[in-house]
Amino acid sequence: MSTGAVHGLKRRDFIRYSSFGLALGSGGISVVATAKTSAPANLLNPYVVIHDDGRIVIAAPNPDVGQGVNTALPMIVAEELDADWKAVEVILAPIDANRFGAQFAGGSLSVRNRWNELRQMGAAAREMILRSAAQQWGVPRVELTTQPSMVLHPPSGRSASFAEFVAAATEQPVPADGEVVLKARSDYRLLGQRIVNAAASDIVRGRPIFGIDVSVPEMLYATYVKCPQIGGVPKTANLAEVKGLAGILDAFIIAGDAGPPSFDLSKSIHVAGGVAIVASNTWAAIKARRTLKVEWDISSASTDDSAAIEAKALKAAERATGEREVKNSGDPEAAFANAKRVLSSVYATDFISHAQLEPQSCVAHTTATAVEVWTSSQTPGYAQATLAKLFELPAEAITVHQVRGGGGFGRRLSNEYVREAAVISKHMGKPVKLQWMREDDMAFDFYRSPAYFGLQAALSESGELTGWRNHVVSVSSDGEEANYGAGYRGYNFPDDVIPNVHISQTMLASKTPTGAWRAPISNVYAFAEQSFLHELAEAAGQEHREFLMAALGEDKWFKPDDLASLNTVRAREVIAAVTRAAGWGRGLPEGRGLGLGFFFSHAGHVAEVAEVSVNADKQVTVHEVWVAADLGQIVNLSGAENQFQGSVVDGVSALADQRISIRSGAIEQTNFHQYPLLRLPQSPKINVEFLASDYPPSGAGEPALPPVAPAICNAVYAACGERIRSLPISRAGFQVV
Amino acid sequence: MQVSINGKSHELAGADPDMPLLWALRDLVGLVGTKYGCGVAQCGACTVWLDDVPIRSCQMPLGAIKDRAVTTIEGLAGDILHPVQEAWIAHDVAQCGYCQAGQIMSAAALLKSNPNPSSEAIEGAMAGNICRCGTYSRIVAAIQTASTRLQGLSFYEVGHDTTESQFDGKVSV
Ligand code: FES
Ligand code: FES
Repeated sequence: MSTGAVHGLKRRDFIRYSSFGLALGSGGISVVATAKTSAPANLLNPYVVIHDDGRIVIAAPNPDVGQGVNTALPMIVAEELDADWKAVEVILAPIDANRFGAQFAGGSLSVRNRWNELRQMGAAAREMILRSAAQQWGVPRVELTTQPSMVLHPPSGRSASFAEFVAAATEQPVPADGEVVLKARSDYRLLGQRIVNAAASDIVRGRPIFGIDVSVPEMLYATYVKCPQIGGVPKTANLAEVKGLAGILDAFIIAGDAGPPSFDLSKSIHVAGGVAIVASNTWAAIKARRTLKVEWDISSASTDDSAAIEAKALKAAERATGEREVKNSGDPEAAFANAKRVLSSVYATDFISHAQLEPQSCVAHTTATAVEVWTSSQTPGYAQATLAKLFELPAEAITVHQVRGGGGFGRRLSNEYVREAAVISKHMGKPVKLQWMREDDMAFDFYRSPAYFGLQAALSESGELTGWRNHVVSVSSDGEEANYGAGYRGYNFPDDVIPNVHISQTMLASKTPTGAWRAPISNVYAFAEQSFLHELAEAAGQEHREFLMAALGEDKWFKPDDLASLNTVRAREVIAAVTRAAGWGRGLPEGRGLGLGFFFSHAGHVAEVAEVSVNADKQVTVHEVWVAADLGQIVNLSGAENQFQGSVVDGVSALADQRISIRSGAIEQTNFHQYPLLRLPQSPKINVEFLASDYPPSGAGEPALPPVAPAICNAVYAACGERIRSLPISRAGFQVV
Repeated sequence: MQVSINGKSHELAGADPDMPLLWALRDLVGLVGTKYGCGVAQCGACTVWLDDVPIRSCQMPLGAIKDRAVTTIEGLAGDILHPVQEAWIAHDVAQCGYCQAGQIMSAAALLKSNPNPSSEAIEGAMAGNICRCGTYSRIVAAIQTASTRLQGLSFYEVGHDTTESQFDGKVSV
């Protein structure tokens, strides 16, 4: 622990919470929590502290980068605790696997993975309070019940606040699993309601809650300049000249590791070589970059050229089978030989960048014996592990504070900027805030892999889909193993449903770093498969919705009890719901069309309908999008709906005109003028419907993204008759207006 | 150099006149509500007011401010929240929240000059503010709510899409 208090956080508060095991990050959430009461606190379990004055503090275990888990996860605890949500303060949990298990933000898994644990934690704390109340009042435990933050004894009509019993409750043995009864869903007061984000009040006031806002005493400001040709390392630089500039405290070369980084989250200790400029404020460091001149050694750098990768990929995807077989079920050879019709199409998607709005930053303080970092990482546990490895220190010597992140989308899964900050701090012997520029963020992302699909389908006499081939061409750092986000996903429609299926891959060598981009893999597969299915429906002379319903086959949950496996009953229900809501089949004026897309990913069954119009100049207006989903139990209706609305906007944004192009190993786009994000006037009206569902909850951050592109592209086809087979659609001359 | 920020005069002795207001606010004054998103006038995360006009603080050198008054997100609320801030909570607009200080400053400036903006006026005023998380429909709804409020109508007459129990309509600072 550093001795300094975090910006805006009083030392006294810090000690108070640390002693209960709830060391705070730098977040304004925690500042609010500590500011509201100085009443003694009682720790019931790692998640629940109740103050003597009745205020309830609930720890949010997982990083929040905008997906709302700092609200949703505490809500689950609060529901079973039967806490009055208005009295709940949320704080960010310390990063500590012993108490909080795996703390990460990815795969839409936070709610799904913690559902049982957090209900148990809330219920156990409630049970401890009730047992104390029973002792204090001399009544049997079974006669007691609760209302929000109150203990009730109906036989006597007696009632009292939780606060009356919490001090004694901390002495109670922790009830074992099975000793507490979880609520029936019909008794939920909180879950499924619209609850305002726990950070909303801080956000609208501009309180210091983001990674970029962290400030510690004696902190210096750094920028880090890397070789535009990814993987190059510095040979020499005009350091003396830079050091002479106003406000510059130091400028030095970090030899670093030559060659591009890998997306090996748990193991990578790669630090790209570069030049660090350390200054007394951010601007001085930024300004000095204009003066800096570096000579790079590019012998190990990437020489990627995205146009060349694309040309090769498109050629490869013309073949319906690739180098490596991934799945071969039924008898695809026979199915295609006996088909009445065989259709083939090639679909293409480009590299894209995450472009989360907050560029990477990290405050680090590295000494000979310890490293302390404040970071908005989506994988703080990996940050800890890889820092320990990099500095050859025991894990206990590494302290990672989680801080709210301004968007993630998978970008913050990797921790290379955390390592850069720690290395710079070590050199300076002082805490350092490393601030990436937007240009750094765009030049050194782990991009979404491009993917090319050679699709082939066999249709029977009656127009039934009897065979399916998919040859997926994507990228690989070693030319063999698919890069993260470039591989094959299981539990798939149509792959697992159609009787005769052959899936294969071909991997093209590429050194450009790639990684997980919101709904990885699914986001490209959905576009290709769901567009192609629409093509097939047309070819079979069938109505799209009916064709899709039939293609889903029998009612089946492919791996019963595994939420991550396709359930065709749930699939059909969301398709039925969304087409009902959108008025599917209604007449539309010339130039307007409705398009449908369905996808199952991240344990969520989601169907979407888009209404678009297309004019003679190929300008596309996305008027309205309808979404229907089965996510099981909804935790926070407002939060889940917000994620879905955002996913639709993100989907339109990405398909419109986002692409990363690479020349000689360097990224060509530098900032938002070359990598446009959707703006308010282009944003469609969005209707979200969550179906009532008895299933446990699944995450809301990702599954609504994949169906967006096919729904819109199918609608464009309906509107103008042109089939879009490449993303972004600007490549086919379309423009979203 | 003297700069008036949120009604208080700040002496920024020896500051580089080239320094964009954005970085001066964040690093010199310690007001970090104003955000860095792009540095090139593309995203609007850095929006503040200069004499009530919304500007991109990443493009405003300290030396060019002169005697104009700067208002940041931290200075928007008085004793109670600005109606735009209230509406932002009531509609649960934010996802990550990173863009929202800039969005709120643009929206509040719009309503100051045009208390009853049309949809087109809202689109025009907000087109410079990117929300990467895609909260646009809630932003529009919140502006409409705040507009109604500013015209003297009760907050609750217009209806909003979050539980009223979470929001008492007067969030004190
Ligand atoms: S940071 Fe100023 S407009 Fe983006
Ligand atoms: S809420 Fe995340 S960028 Fe707007």
